Amino acid sequence: MSIRLQNIAKHFANTQALEPINLDIHEGELVGLLGPSGSGKTTLLRIIAGLENADRSPQPGKILFGDRDVTNVHVRDRRIGFVFQHYALFRHMSVYDNVAFGLTVMPKKRRPSSGEIRARVFRLLEMVQLQHLANRLPAQLSGGQQQRVSLARALAVEPDVLLLDEPFGALDAKVRQDLRRWLRRLHDELNFTSVFVTHDQEEALELSDRVVVMSNGRIEQIDTPDTLYRAPKNRFVFEFLGDVNHLEGRVRDGVLTCGDAHLNVDLPDGDEELLLRPHEVRLAEEPSPESHLPVTITAISPVGAEVRVELEADWLAKPWQATVRHADFERLHMRRGQRLFAHPRQWHRFKEDAKTPEQQARVA
Amino acid sequence: MSQLAFWRSGSTRVLPGFGLSMGISVLFISLVLLLPITGLFGQLANLSLAEYFAIITEGRVVASYMVTIGAAAVAALVNAVFGLLLAWVLVRYEFPGKRLLDALMDLPFALPTAVAGITLATLYAGNGWVGNIIEPMGFQVAYTWVGIALAMAFTSIPFVVRTVQPVLEDLPAEVDEAAMSLGATDGVAFRRVIMPHLWPALVTGTGLAFVRSLGEFGAIIFIAGNMPYETEITALMIFVKLQEYDYAGASAIASVVLFVSLALLLAINIWQGRFVRRLHGGKG
Amino acid sequence: MRRIGDAPIVRRLLIGAALLLSALFLLLPLVAIFAQAFSQGVAVFWANVSNTFTLHAIGLTLVIALMTIPICLVFGVALAWLVTRFSFPGRRILQTLIDIPFAVSPVVAGLIYLLLYGRNGWIGSWLDTHDIQLMFAWPGILMVTIFVTCPFVARELIPLMQAQGSREEEAAVTLGASGWTTFWRVTLPNIRWALLYGIILTNARAVGEFGAVSVVSGAIRGQTNTLPLHLEQLYQDYNAVGAFASAALLALIALLTLAAKAGLEWRASRREAFS
Repeated sequence: MSIRLQNIAKHFANTQALEPINLDIHEGELVGLLGPSGSGKTTLLRIIAGLENADRSPQPGKILFGDRDVTNVHVRDRRIGFVFQHYALFRHMSVYDNVAFGLTVMPKKRRPSSGEIRARVFRLLEMVQLQHLANRLPAQLSGGQQQRVSLARALAVEPDVLLLDEPFGALDAKVRQDLRRWLRRLHDELNFTSVFVTHDQEEALELSDRVVVMSNGRIEQIDTPDTLYRAPKNRFVFEFLGDVNHLEGRVRDGVLTCGDAHLNVDLPDGDEELLLRPHEVRLAEEPSPESHLPVTITAISPVGAEVRVELEADWLAKPWQATVRHADFERLHMRRGQRLFAHPRQWHRFKEDAKTPEQQARVA
Repeated sequence: MSQLAFWRSGSTRVLPGFGLSMGISVLFISLVLLLPITGLFGQLANLSLAEYFAIITEGRVVASYMVTIGAAAVAALVNAVFGLLLAWVLVRYEFPGKRLLDALMDLPFALPTAVAGITLATLYAGNGWVGNIIEPMGFQVAYTWVGIALAMAFTSIPFVVRTVQPVLEDLPAEVDEAAMSLGATDGVAFRRVIMPHLWPALVTGTGLAFVRSLGEFGAIIFIAGNMPYETEITALMIFVKLQEYDYAGASAIASVVLFVSLALLLAINIWQGRFVRRLHGGKG
Repeated sequence: MRRIGDAPIVRRLLIGAALLLSALFLLLPLVAIFAQAFSQGVAVFWANVSNTFTLHAIGLTLVIALMTIPICLVFGVALAWLVTRFSFPGRRILQTLIDIPFAVSPVVAGLIYLLLYGRNGWIGSWLDTHDIQLMFAWPGILMVTIFVTCPFVARELIPLMQAQGSREEEAAVTLGASGWTTFWRVTLPNIRWALLYGIILTNARAVGEFGAVSVVSGAIRGQTNTLPLHLEQLYQDYNAVGAFASAALLALIALLTLAAKAGLEWRASRREAFS
């Protein structure tokens, strides 16, 4: 079932939580709403669910599920499945009763027979691999198990769309990884339309077909994870999606200067701020004709596939992060206090005042 | 577990004042709460078992049990419904005068029982503001067991409201939302999702209201009429025996009242503890 | 945000029912007290209040309350400190014992004191031979008042001190503070409002206790008559206006109690909103 939002806005008292938003989510898509807290992502999800009402003025917005206009449909009749941030399991009911709840509260004429309910609940519990815990109370389950029960409960009523609010937020890192993969597989198997909210860029990029990046009640960009990372539309998206190093300076005759550091750039004269990802910083023992950026290593973290190195210099307001291959790390005998030269492989630049943010990247 | 905690804390007790606070507490509880109860047993020791049973099963006394328990049960049930309504309205809705209503809930605790007693009696007597209206309609409240139940309900309503209210406040909005998102109507969601959370508090509050009603004296005697066998409560029976200098009789009846209220109090405490543990997976 | 029961009809119906029932059941009696007290004018009310016996009853009631409060205060703080700062076997039993006065009928409370300290009781008879009379005199009234009011301070403090934990006190001790310094400078500032509310409740109950006091007082006019006993006598003597004049004084104390509670709660909620 596709979801179409037209002109959806929301005020809380005097603050605008959402500026008028248009959004199309295709049938079978898994879409992540990504943004910092206060960006309006949860509000948007709750409006789709019908847990909040969108503003009716100045102009009423519209929410369509497929061809069905659900703008004024109560949450209970909207046929959604909602997975809450802290699961919101009914703590006085067993796992089985929690999953069966949505089926047992159906009006008599739509309600399946008790045998059928039982069969369906156990099918779902099997799917989330919890059939052996059917008689437990929620308090007796781990966080990850509670999350799976809450998902099975939401799916039991065969919703048109599945909505998840920070589904993995309260779990520890390892469980989060497993559940993420498991949810992706489940989504691919059952092929329902899902929208989830997260503040974790890694989670959004790994899990979603498309990501909606939000800030301050606005949609900043909607794209596939790949496009989003490679071609961020503006500075906010660029900065939010990963670690960023800043290089501020004044350009004159094609050379950007900042203290005793300088870099050849193909830009007009004026003040500039260039942005670099950690993996776009190469380290060498010598400067090059293109760049002279002297730095000192202040911290080294050799965990993972690459070594993370923290760099400081007089001309830097904030330290830089660089990621170095283990081979290079060993070749250069990197250690704390060592002086090296940074060489940008590529940099980015966003014009603040431009209406359509312009991004330039060039290989140095 | 508690044994272990005891030894652990015993060896590393950081804060001072254990001896002093323990001394004051134990001395006070012994002198003020426990010692006087021995006086009751001392008095009872003067009675043979047969005499004791004769006193506590005498017709007029048994009738007073019936009146007291019956009226207290009715008052507790009425309060369960009324108290739940008030707690719900105070927690879930915003309306003008809400703070005033909230403050009014404690009036029965703050108002001396004798004041409540003469006021209710005056209001519901045939010539009172309310009696004036309802007696011609055929409802007699003053000097009947209905009046006793009314006075009991008045003095014990805060127990229900103040026990249910915090539990309702702590119920996260997500519980409502989860039930609604799964298609439950308000009625079904209230019955199957909200009520199970409120039950323990509602039963506790109603139980406390019942216990309080069993022992209430000042608020009731003015409106009760105090007709033997009809509208005489057990607390008044004790009082009457005392005024006749029948200390043995008073003690025998008092021992029954004391036993029943302490047993109920203990039962409420244990039951409450169990329920909390069950829902919180042994951590509560 | 949507919640269960927020449909306008349901809302209005429930609020309406709650307001109507509360008005009839709680507000009407309150209004009636003052209406009765002033039914024959302010002058009569004043005459009733300034009557010698009434004045004496007021005085005795206040003295009893003033003596009860510090005793309950010391006990309440000690017990709360004990059960929230230390764990030891029997802690739960202590907490259950403190509820006894709430469960025991006031008449039974008066009776057990009368039996023990009365002329026939095993302590009373010994006191009698030494010419000390506690029952049917003010010490008896004080004793039963302490019995019925002793849980209030502790019951206010225990949940609060449990929630606050003992980390701040432990920090004070590690910084070298003595026990009393820790209590005065760290604990007391954190619990003073709960303490104040406990005192207010203790006072309200001490002033208004009827059942227990009526058993041990003897109710001698101008000697052992507290205000609640005094109004009962007036009421039994068919002096309703006089009885309600005393009742109005007690109701006024009740209203002040409610106002103080509302004020303290408002203060607490405002502090919560800030943090």
